[in-house]
Amino acid sequence: MDFSDTPQEAAFRAEVRAFLDAHVPAKTPGNRSYASRAMSPADVAASKAWQRTKAENGFAGILWPKAFGGREGTPMEHIIFQQEEENYLVPASVFNQGVGMAMPTVMTFGTPEQLERYPRPALFGDEIWCQLFSEPDAGSDLAGLRTRAVQDGDDWVVNGQKIWTSNAHFSDYAMLVTRSDPTVAKHAGLTFFIVDMKSPGIDVRPIKQISGTSNFCEVFLSDVRIPDSQRLGAVGAGWKVAMTMLANERFTVGKTEGPDFEDIFLLTRGLELDGRRAVDDPAVIEHLADWYVQSAGLKYARLRSQTALSRGKTPGPEASIGKLVSASKLQDIATYGIDLLGQAGAVMDPAVAPMNAWFQHALLYAPGKRIAGGTDEILRNIIAERVLGLPGDIRADKGLAFNQVPTSRRQG
Amino acid sequence: MNFDFSDDVTTMRGEVRRLLHDRFPRGAVRQQVDAGAPFDRDLWRELGAMGWLGVALPEAVGGADLGYEALCMIAEEIGGALPPAPFASSVYFAAEALVLFGSAEQQVRWLPGIAAGEAVGTVAIAEGIGDPRPGGIATVAAKGALTGVKLPVVDGDIADFAVVAAKGAGGEPGLWLVDLTAPGVTREAIESLDLVRRSVRLTLDGAAAEPLPGGQDWPAIERLLDRAAILVAFEQVGGAQAALDMAVGYAQDRFAFGRSIGSFQAIKHKLADVYVATELARSNAYFGAWAIANDAADLPVAAATARIAATDAFSLAAQENIQTHGGMGFTWDSDCHLFYRRARELAVVAGSQRYWRRRLIDRLDAQNHG
Ligand SMILES: Cc1cc2nc3c(=O)[nH]c(=O)nc-3n(C[C@H](O)[C@H](O)[C@H](O)COP(=O)(O)OP(=O)(O)OC[C@H]3O[C@@H](n4cnc5c(N)ncnc54)[C@H](O)[C@@H]3O)c2cc1C
Repeated sequence: MDFSDTPQEAAFRAEVRAFLDAHVPAKTPGNRSYASRAMSPADVAASKAWQRTKAENGFAGILWPKAFGGREGTPMEHIIFQQEEENYLVPASVFNQGVGMAMPTVMTFGTPEQLERYPRPALFGDEIWCQLFSEPDAGSDLAGLRTRAVQDGDDWVVNGQKIWTSNAHFSDYAMLVTRSDPTVAKHAGLTFFIVDMKSPGIDVRPIKQISGTSNFCEVFLSDVRIPDSQRLGAVGAGWKVAMTMLANERFTVGKTEGPDFEDIFLLTRGLELDGRRAVDDPAVIEHLADWYVQSAGLKYARLRSQTALSRGKTPGPEASIGKLVSASKLQDIATYGIDLLGQAGAVMDPAVAPMNAWFQHALLYAPGKRIAGGTDEILRNIIAERVLGLPGDIRADKGLAFNQVPTSRRQG
Repeated sequence: MNFDFSDDVTTMRGEVRRLLHDRFPRGAVRQQVDAGAPFDRDLWRELGAMGWLGVALPEAVGGADLGYEALCMIAEEIGGALPPAPFASSVYFAAEALVLFGSAEQQVRWLPGIAAGEAVGTVAIAEGIGDPRPGGIATVAAKGALTGVKLPVVDGDIADFAVVAAKGAGGEPGLWLVDLTAPGVTREAIESLDLVRRSVRLTLDGAAAEPLPGGQDWPAIERLLDRAAILVAFEQVGGAQAALDMAVGYAQDRFAFGRSIGSFQAIKHKLADVYVATELARSNAYFGAWAIANDAADLPVAAATARIAATDAFSLAAQENIQTHGGMGFTWDSDCHLFYRRARELAVVAGSQRYWRRRLIDRLDAQNHG
């Protein structure tokens, strides 16, 4: 075991720090707090500008081929950049879906023309991508999707509805999975496309979330024509493409947004309870210690998988632990941070609520973390089945053609 | 960066696992327990001959000098195999105390015996109910002799010597070396939760003792506890993994309602949670291994973190293993209770969760002031 960098890694880390220092402020305990809010046009512009700056300096696509503007660096360099960037206040990214998930999938399945066209503008922040997967009747059970694609000459005509699509309202392109054949088993009849979000027939309507802000949308597709040249992967192979995209998500997830242990620790060190600091209260100590231990465990688990990555291994389903643990921890910390404030806990006015009402805001975004990218329950299924080797669920849709599968009783 | 065990240690793990499995399949452990003779001196010598007992000890005292990473790995394997051997008391506590605080002469007297599996050592800090604290030590040292009652002393029935916490002339607790075969030493077996590692009440009535020269204050005792907590954490992780493996195996084979019970989500999700707790504990223990191998400044925080996570993981794994087994898990004949008992024994042997949580937060708080 050795945490020290090799001379090459140390040199790279120094280069990364010099780059970050030149462009963005470092995080401090006081400026860490941040409340999730709707991305304004100015936020999107800032995100694009930061992506371009990284790309121009060779830090955006560290593992990418040089042909697409990447660095062709090592996994360790990729890890070092992520580790260092976490210590700076950088604009919230709108490129996770595009650069982190969509483009690696395009690189796996894309035609030469698609490879020529899409990766570079995504990397340089010129084009934003979203993920048109979930539907009103197909979330956890993604393969239950019913958006129809019917071939018509050199085009496909697509009709249906997607939902919960993050960033759809300002995206340029989307990764779209459709049903091309409802008469075969549900995983077999899917086909995948790249779609221009400005295509006629696409109607994007932001959805108001529990916080009152909107970061995701409903997307209606009515007779949207997609040229066959925009198909990604073979007809009927859409499930495989979609799974590749979701697997790439594991490479992109780093540390989830706070407040984390250090933030509630800061709160308890500044707060007075019954005439002493909250951090000296035995009941508070019990909670704080458990969150510290969980955060540390996740950090060291990440270092273990980064070690495996740096040796060329691919992250397996065990990577599901990170999101599963951190989403609930976030919700617990937000809840307890509010509880510590007693009768004024439910006040969201930043003049009253400490740390810019971060805990109150987090209470309203934490539930989404337990749902997006695989719910807690689905992640536990994945761990039980793919890591522990327990049997799959007994399925009511086994062996049925898609159009024979029982469906939800209630809509909306 | 390399946050994994070295290749040498990983190779050695295979050998350790094989020998423990061949020499000590769980059935053999049970036979010893049922026969009421849990200590197997031959196994102890064998462990010595394999070089495991002195794996981290210097060569000058008969050790293999392979470092603490190797010791952590062995602790993890021992934790899963449950051999009836006084590994924790002798190696993590007694030998460690001598290495850290003993004189050269004291080290030479006992360490080669431990390394060879000829001697057994233990530690005696506790004096009844309560967590480690200076005020909890009433045993006094006067004129080279100790007087007081220590309870519980794990493996005290088979140990040749003990490292005992006692108050010296200034009232400050320190560590003393006591030959348990000497006059003035009485050991009474007491019923213990753990069937394999048994405890005694140790009564010292003017028993001859020598101070460990480097260990004459409370911070020294805390240092010993911190380092032992990391090694114990590896045993706990090994135990949690073994209990999880048992539960998964049973869940696959047992059928109810026409299907394997492992296909019920209530069982799957429970075992997924045990897996998550065990992996987090393992990751924290790894950092502990790094800290102890490098004698890092972070060791006190690393130790508390590893300890808390491992205690919780092993408790959860052991109790849910019984639950997954249903009625079968509640029988004497199933091995579930061996882990259930061991999980509780290890959970308190170096102080309770409450104690370690407070230490962790106090230390983090102090760091933030500094
Ligand atoms: C903030 C946010 C952003 C999102 N962004 C996107 C996006 O950009 N693109 C996109 O395509 N989607 C996106 N999603 C959608 C997300 O992937 C789905 O919400 C998620 O997969 C759950 O699907 P569902 O909402 O249909 O819930 P359902 O699948 O109906 O689940 C409802 C409940 O049933 C449980 N459940 C379902 N199946 C099982 C099972 N087999 N075993 C046990 N329990 C089960 C679930 O765990 C959950 O508790 C986003 C969601 C959120 C909250």
